Amino acid sequence: MTRLLLQEVCAGSLKGVNLALAAGEIVGLSGPSGSGKSRLLRAVADLDPHGGEVFLDGQPQDSIPGHIWRQRVMMVPADSQWWFDHVGAHFPDGAGEFVAGALGFSAGVMDWPVSRLSSGERQRLAILRALSRQPRVLLLDEPSANLDDDMTQQLEHWLLEQIRRRELGVIWVAHDHHQLDRVSDRQAFIRGDTLELAHGCD
Amino acid sequence: MAVIDLAWWKLALATLLILALAGISLQARLGITRTLLVATLRTMIQLSLIGLVLEALFASSAFYWVALMATVMLLVAGREVIARQQRRLRGGWAFAIGTGSMFVSSFTVAVLTLTVVIGPEPWYEPRYAIPLLGMMLGNTMTGVALSLDRLTESVWSQRAVIENRLMLGDSWRHALEDIRRHAMRNGMMPSINGMAAAGVVSLPGMMTGQILAGSPPALAVKYQILVMLTITAGTGFGTLMAVSWGSRRLFDERERLRLDRLVQQHSR
Repeated sequence: MTRLLLQEVCAGSLKGVNLALAAGEIVGLSGPSGSGKSRLLRAVADLDPHGGEVFLDGQPQDSIPGHIWRQRVMMVPADSQWWFDHVGAHFPDGAGEFVAGALGFSAGVMDWPVSRLSSGERQRLAILRALSRQPRVLLLDEPSANLDDDMTQQLEHWLLEQIRRRELGVIWVAHDHHQLDRVSDRQAFIRGDTLELAHGCD
Repeated sequence: MAVIDLAWWKLALATLLILALAGISLQARLGITRTLLVATLRTMIQLSLIGLVLEALFASSAFYWVALMATVMLLVAGREVIARQQRRLRGGWAFAIGTGSMFVSSFTVAVLTLTVVIGPEPWYEPRYAIPLLGMMLGNTMTGVALSLDRLTESVWSQRAVIENRLMLGDSWRHALEDIRRHAMRNGMMPSINGMAAAGVVSLPGMMTGQILAGSPPALAVKYQILVMLTITAGTGFGTLMAVSWGSRRLFDERERLRLDRLVQQHSR
């Protein structure tokens, strides 16, 4: 089943991007800085005006109100923002159970003040925050940029398990090719103004 | 009680006080001498001219002259709203939203007050209509300008938070909730504070002027209360409209934050 389909998407300098993601599939995306990886994710999440069409489970982007589209096609940016005083206020009701025990957090994390979070904690919590809203597609922008090796491995392992179980379609942006080799089913690279797909990994 | 007529040369005495202030600030290098003198000159010229206009207007009291005067006042207020914003909406939207919200609120409340509360004959009698509208517009202008400035400035500085909230699936209203509330409050605070302090901390200017010009205080007070209530209502509705139209314009039909619709301008 095709979870997410990009047809001739143009975003920033990128032209004519075609990509199909199956449910539970992870596509790794890499490219030099400034090549437009984040721009592409923003277009898929419909945060920027863009050309081309994007379909979620066969439904075109335009047919769904913007905020509902983004609830289902959720982007997790490289630098997450926290606007309430406490961690818990950023999560939907009843998310405490899901968060407790995940990615090394205890149940008490919901009461932590945001001002005391380290950048690594912010990053892990941002992923938990996104998943607690039950998206169908996850767009991850450098999800382990602020994490040490141990935590990166733990995150990869945990995310893979969640993605398979929830049958999410995932675009995973990273600089680290070894990471993309470990987690992704297929890989795509940005060269110039086109997206090139590498086949044959599976 | 007779009104003491104010001779023009007596105003010159008051001007001496300003000149003294200007002299001292020049010596102390406060750097406001020029601005002070220009503002003083503007006050004298503008008010003298408006005096002549009002004399003529009161003499004719034809509806179209009153309407023309009201339109000019509205357009000048609209220009002023734009000038007071650090970042404003592009392409005439700042002017349209500012002027539109001031028009709907000030004119509605002023006309309602004239026809229902004061009831002069005819209802557009310039002696009542123009001063009332002037006060409404002046205060609504401040409210609209403050709230729009706060709105665009906060959206700019908190764009990362707004976009992160959008990414998590919040609607544009939800993502902008706090900023809208603060912008509203910013616009409304001057008139609310004015009402709270009226008579205790300050004697409002209109009432003072009326008493100086010979009205009995009890009547001046009644007019002052009426004016403050209508000003607060007008400012409130104007601010409400400006904030909701302005924030809608900052997002497009896909609920994306469109900061490209803002343009920065250098303040005066």
